[in-house]
Amino acid sequence: MSIMKRMGLIFRSKANTALDRAEDPRETLDYSYQKQLEMLQKVRRGVADVATSRKRVELQVNQLTQQSEKLQGQAQQALSAGREDLAREALTRRSGLQAQIGDMQAQHAQLQGEEEKLTLAAQRLNAKVESFRTRKETIKATYTAAEAQTKVSEAFSGISEEMGDVGLAIQRAEDKTSSMQARAGAMDELLASGALDDASGQPNDDIARELDALSSGGDVDAELARMRGELSPTSSPKAIDGTPDSGASTTEQQKQEGQT
Amino acid sequence: MIVRILGEGQWDVDASHLDALNELDDAVEKAVETEDEAAFDPSLRALLAAVREWGSLLSDDELVESNLILPPADASAHEVKEFLGDEGLIPDTV
Repeated sequence: MSIMKRMGLIFRSKANTALDRAEDPRETLDYSYQKQLEMLQKVRRGVADVATSRKRVELQVNQLTQQSEKLQGQAQQALSAGREDLAREALTRRSGLQAQIGDMQAQHAQLQGEEEKLTLAAQRLNAKVESFRTRKETIKATYTAAEAQTKVSEAFSGISEEMGDVGLAIQRAEDKTSSMQARAGAMDELLASGALDDASGQPNDDIARELDALSSGGDVDAELARMRGELSPTSSPKAIDGTPDSGASTTEQQKQEGQT
Repeated sequence: MIVRILGEGQWDVDASHLDALNELDDAVEKAVETEDEAAFDPSLRALLAAVREWGSLLSDDELVESNLILPPADASAHEVKEFLGDEGLIPDTV
């Protein structure tokens, strides 16, 4: 038998077992309506849960992106200071982060897709529950128990199929997002531990430390040059002549201090 | 006839398309039985596209039972097979 028919039969058999239990079919209308409202709550909660996961991944992507930009800046700084080794190290770490960011962006897109699907499912169910409510009141007001049977089962079959559909959608969304939530949790822990601050698992940012040493050396040179300029404003050419030597030795000194 | 695509909604498709739909459905069925994911994806895609193209989408507030129900667009063959496994209780002759 075809897939289309078999799936239809499965849904229908579930609707029928719910109906078979009722003596006065009208009595089951209110009970079913309650169940529908519960399902509506459930799917809305599902939307909220997926949205929370999505926002969490969003935050993590932002944090990792900032980190990646920082490494890029460090690489640039290192290169202009003539430290290609340091620049290479920063870029290597950055490419590791970029891979992680790409992976998380894919997760984000998937979560967004699930969120949209559940939102639409909630909208459809909401419209159908409202239709059911109207029909339920009409049936209770207009028909005797004996007459109601067909009308009730008509109203039931339409809504129960939708309930089955929404239930399945919630289940699938949960299945898809649970593994992502676990990964997001692990990422949160990593971010909180500071291990990703330099993406190398080392508690301190060694690249930043070396760059600090380099740039503070540069700052000292610049400051010295400025002060010399102030001391002998009239003989500035002489001061500039004297700068390179003393500047280089200061940088050397700074480097050594940085390494100790 | 009313056709539901799970996770999407219901379409009213003229019964004259039933043969063509069955043909497309055969391909899906074969892929499900052999759990051939590579064949399943395009065959399900083709079947769903045909329903969307030939049918008119019912409004959300309509309460009608479907004659045929189709798996969601992002389903896998494995998933559909598992789902149909529940059917064990229902005889094929119903």
